[in-house]
Amino acid sequence: MVANVWKVVVSEGDAVDEGDTLVILESMKMEIPVLAEDSGVVAQLKVAEGDVIQEGDLIAVIE
Amino acid sequence: MATLQIRPSGSVGNGRGVRAGDPHKVGCVFDSVLVANRGEIARRIIRTVRRMGLRAIVVHSEADAELPFVAEADEAVLLGPASPAQSYLDVSKVIDAARAAGAQAVHPGYGFLAENAAFARAVVDAGLVWIGPDPDAIERMGDKINARNLMEEAGVPVAAGTREPVTDLAGAVRAAEKIGYPVMVKAAGGGGGIGMGVAHDEDSLAKAFEQASRAAARFGGAEGAGPAILLERYIERARHVEVQILGLADGTVIALGERDCSVQRRHQKVVEESPSPGITPELRARMLAAAVRAGETVGYRGAGTVECLVDADAQDFVFLEMNTRLQVEHPVTELVTGLDLVEHQIRIAAGEVYAVETRPSGHAIEFRVYAEDPKRFFPGPGKIDVWEEPSGEGVRVDSGYVAGNTVTPFYDPLMAKLCVHGATREEALGLARTAVAAFRVEGPKNNLPFCAELLDNPEFMTGDYDTGLVSKMRQAR
Repeated sequence: MVANVWKVVVSEGDAVDEGDTLVILESMKMEIPVLAEDSGVVAQLKVAEGDVIQEGDLIAVIE
Repeated sequence: MATLQIRPSGSVGNGRGVRAGDPHKVGCVFDSVLVANRGEIARRIIRTVRRMGLRAIVVHSEADAELPFVAEADEAVLLGPASPAQSYLDVSKVIDAARAAGAQAVHPGYGFLAENAAFARAVVDAGLVWIGPDPDAIERMGDKINARNLMEEAGVPVAAGTREPVTDLAGAVRAAEKIGYPVMVKAAGGGGGIGMGVAHDEDSLAKAFEQASRAAARFGGAEGAGPAILLERYIERARHVEVQILGLADGTVIALGERDCSVQRRHQKVVEESPSPGITPELRARMLAAAVRAGETVGYRGAGTVECLVDADAQDFVFLEMNTRLQVEHPVTELVTGLDLVEHQIRIAAGEVYAVETRPSGHAIEFRVYAEDPKRFFPGPGKIDVWEEPSGEGVRVDSGYVAGNTVTPFYDPLMAKLCVHGATREEALGLARTAVAAFRVEGPKNNLPFCAELLDNPEFMTGDYDTGLVSKMRQAR
């Protein structure tokens, strides 16, 4: 799946809970929220709004 | 190749010798039409435009340069980059393209600028013919709150809901308490099911309100004015049934039967059929009469659709919204009535005065072939390696792609519409099974396996289904 990064919801350093929305992707007029799979702190954010990303691309690192 | 089988209708005309099936020049008013759209609908409109002896001009983005609709037009004008905002949604670029190509009329298709009143006005101001309703009618129906209030005044039933825009969560909570849960939450200026959500309690209302507000921001509203949100009583176990209307040049509004669009995922249609298997002749008559009244209220001209929710148990309905344009699923009506709706849009826009009579026959079903996985319905764009369409008696395919094309992530996932027409619903279902099995698409993920699954579903087969069918099918897995 190819998608555009439509909205980046969190910033590096933010504390997130499992299930929180990290970024919202958009493909074919559909919003696809990417959720945190674990609780922790956003250590790295690998995408910015407007980026085009592919399936398997790294979006964020949560520690 | 797509096959377009529109049979000439036998009984059109009022003694002036006009028949819908004849090549028909409207050259006295315009001899060329710019199609401001892409994919399957651009291709389908081009076909009628050319059959009528008119010149077909299309606009396209860089991403769409290889698609069949660009090659099949008499002239194509490049608008710009793939992003819709820089191509198909850019009003001045489209108007400039129309001028540059010498187009005399503009057909907007559906989506993009089709329900944008400012675009319609810009077309008229540029001295071109707008193939659609009056911009004022678009505006009055475009705001869902306004449309609801207008319909209520005209005596068309509406669901309990907000008469003024709700702009914050506190207001939404108050409104929901008054209306009673569950409520449907949507952006007043939205469309295509985007950002719509059902709330069963105050918690889920917060989420639905946020989602609708985001959609409202995307559909554009006054900067800093806050979102305009509509809350309506949500009818569970409802069928989505809509009426096709046609406003003729002399001001007469007629109804061309209904389409049942209850097979939906994410509040977006997947399968449509006509006639609806879920309404009695008595309810049909009431709905058609209400749709005509809706059209007359706004002085509607051309093709439009009045969407309603039907409570199948109570055999009652409420107005949902009006789409002031050609609908994706219009082929279902064309197959049953024998009319070419695009031709009528063009003739009405040209000011031709004539009467339309139809004798609906048989049963038609449309399956939207989407580039999405058939389980979770997530987008699956990609290069098309194999594309083989079914054909034959009673089968019509409107498609936007051929083998070798790439389905890109920039636009909606509709690749094709597979339509069947049989003497009875049973016969149509049989045709559909064969046609779905014969449709071969390799490359992008696609929902043909879902269509096959649906054709085995007992509720769909009996016709006793509602808008909850698809989620029920997924929960049962």
